[in-house]
Amino acid sequence: MRPEVVVFAVGNRSRGDDAIGALLLERLASWLAAEAHAGEFALIEDYQLQIEHALDLLGKRLALFIDAGYGTPAPLGFYAIGPAPASAACGTHALPPQGVLEVFRRFARAEPPPSFVLCVRGERFELGEGLSAAAGAHVEAAWRQLTLLCSRPDAALWAAMARTPLQTTDVPQTDFSRTAYCSGI
Amino acid sequence: MSYHLETAAQPANLRRVAIDTVSRVEGHGKVTILLDAQNQVRQVRLHIVEFRGFERFIQGRPFWEVPVMVQRLCGICPVSHHLAASKALDQVVGVKHLTPTAEKIRRLMHYGQMLQSHALHFFYLASPDLLFGFDSEASRRNIVGVAAAHPETARRGVLLRKFGQEVIRATAGKRVHGTGSIPGGVNKALTQEERALLLQDIYQIVGWSRDAVQLIKQLHLQNPALYNSFGICRSNTMSLVGQDGGMDFYHGRLRARDGSGGVLFDGVDYRDYSRHIQEEVKPWSYMKFPFFTAFGKKNGWYKVGPLARVQNCDQIPTPLAEAERREFVDYCGGVPSHAPLAYHWTRMIEMLHAAETIKDLLHDDDIVGSDLVRTGERAMEGVGVIEAPRGTLIHHYRVDEDDLVTMCNLIVSTTHNNQAMNEAIRNVARRYLDGREITEGLLNHIEVAIRCFDPCLSCATHALGQMPLAVELLDAGGARVHALARNGDGSIGEAPG
Repeated sequence: MRPEVVVFAVGNRSRGDDAIGALLLERLASWLAAEAHAGEFALIEDYQLQIEHALDLLGKRLALFIDAGYGTPAPLGFYAIGPAPASAACGTHALPPQGVLEVFRRFARAEPPPSFVLCVRGERFELGEGLSAAAGAHVEAAWRQLTLLCSRPDAALWAAMARTPLQTTDVPQTDFSRTAYCSGI
Repeated sequence: MSYHLETAAQPANLRRVAIDTVSRVEGHGKVTILLDAQNQVRQVRLHIVEFRGFERFIQGRPFWEVPVMVQRLCGICPVSHHLAASKALDQVVGVKHLTPTAEKIRRLMHYGQMLQSHALHFFYLASPDLLFGFDSEASRRNIVGVAAAHPETARRGVLLRKFGQEVIRATAGKRVHGTGSIPGGVNKALTQEERALLLQDIYQIVGWSRDAVQLIKQLHLQNPALYNSFGICRSNTMSLVGQDGGMDFYHGRLRARDGSGGVLFDGVDYRDYSRHIQEEVKPWSYMKFPFFTAFGKKNGWYKVGPLARVQNCDQIPTPLAEAERREFVDYCGGVPSHAPLAYHWTRMIEMLHAAETIKDLLHDDDIVGSDLVRTGERAMEGVGVIEAPRGTLIHHYRVDEDDLVTMCNLIVSTTHNNQAMNEAIRNVARRYLDGREITEGLLNHIEVAIRCFDPCLSCATHALGQMPLAVELLDAGGARVHALARNGDGSIGEAPG
């Protein structure tokens, strides 16, 4: 079976809450294996997104980007994204998810698959630190969301879920389009 | 080699222009420019505004964990750290010579990293400036603009990058957090299937790399006045060279030349690096300023990376890249080029060499051997040096009887180029900004100069408490009223006048 859904997890496991994406992906791999769904999903972990990740979107019908956020809603945000030319400006050696989608569009001369971001709020990103207590709680909330998503990997369903406001705890809703949602990106 | 424009006499009277978070550069760089009332440039500095306690992070860890851990220092060139640490710790486990298979697998991994890093930089970070012009429309000066105007160029960039990543995956086990290299060798053999898969594409990769050299060469030839002089900063250079003086990214001895190409030192065992290199700390930057001890701070600073390597070696041991090196040397009239834009040309020559070397390694039957690890007599210290994509990378460790790291010192490539980057942007500021209104295009000239060096600032800084930081209060006339500094030991005191 060829994977039809790709899940990217971005971050550095050694920088505190930046490990959120990697930890969730690790847990997801075990869960998918136990649920006998492993063959349906391609799981990709990296420090940051780059142009070559556009190739990982080829042949996929759905994509999810998981990352830690800084100053983003707690415990998490889940929203749809599309290609954005300005996001592919290669500001550094890394790209935001929208930039990866834009590179895909230019490379494949086709629209990328429906894509979504699961942004889990982190608090501390210092080198050598473990996950903060707050981030630990956010990860649990994100895990529930993630299993919900991966048990029904359907673009229309995900889009509906993305339109449903998530309950936040200690910060006001943030305009994601303007928020640097990820420490790793 | 003056420090003109490093520090203005009366900065309080000057207008400050800051370029925060220099774009298309990793990490957090900041350039500040002080202008007087006539818009004359009086001070230019590239600041590193973030520091991370990498060396402290490593201390106290079991040494065998280090080659994996150091990959988390930097997401840009983790393989370089992985291999430099492994080379240092080979000495700790008493291994002077790896098995042929282990060394060739490490080389394959390293040259794969070199290829993908150079491809990313040229096709995605630098080409927007080079293809459209430094002060072209900002919204066009990005990869989308390149993809629209030069779709095949953009496509090749993606595929070259991807191929390099596949080489890393095949040799390190994973695309990230690979564990392939260990003290004394490697722990993963290359399978026949992996070899065959990579061989399928390598000839195309060599061809595209060759085309990339032609592309940048044409850009130079079309506008020599710009390419030969933009941001020029004459300096010493340093790199590893192989035993025969040829280019070698993985292993060799240190060679340094002066600005005219004369040899300053050669054949230096890199384990003695600390006898030849010192690092100066300046209160306005977290990143240190290395210099050759014998020549002092003022005259001893140097460049590393592609421009240094291509001109430092006697030859390149692969035919296509060697032919290109010769052409580059001829173009420069047989004297060293110090033009930052020539970094791009030499970077592409190196990418071609990396592709050719990968091809040769894949055809070598040792690459699929099974003798992977050696052991020897335990030692307490090791130094590993490799040529990373951005230049010479030094890892130095001391280990105690309990196998724990007691000392770690890293000098990363971008740090070596600190003074050169500062000099390049001062040159550009003098040439393009003096007496003119500041525009985005003009400011981009500064960034273009920095990008030539492909700096990765995220791993170029050192631990909290080791970096002096000065805060200076000046009155309206520019006279100093008060100044405090955090010293190297973390204490706070009066800053020196």
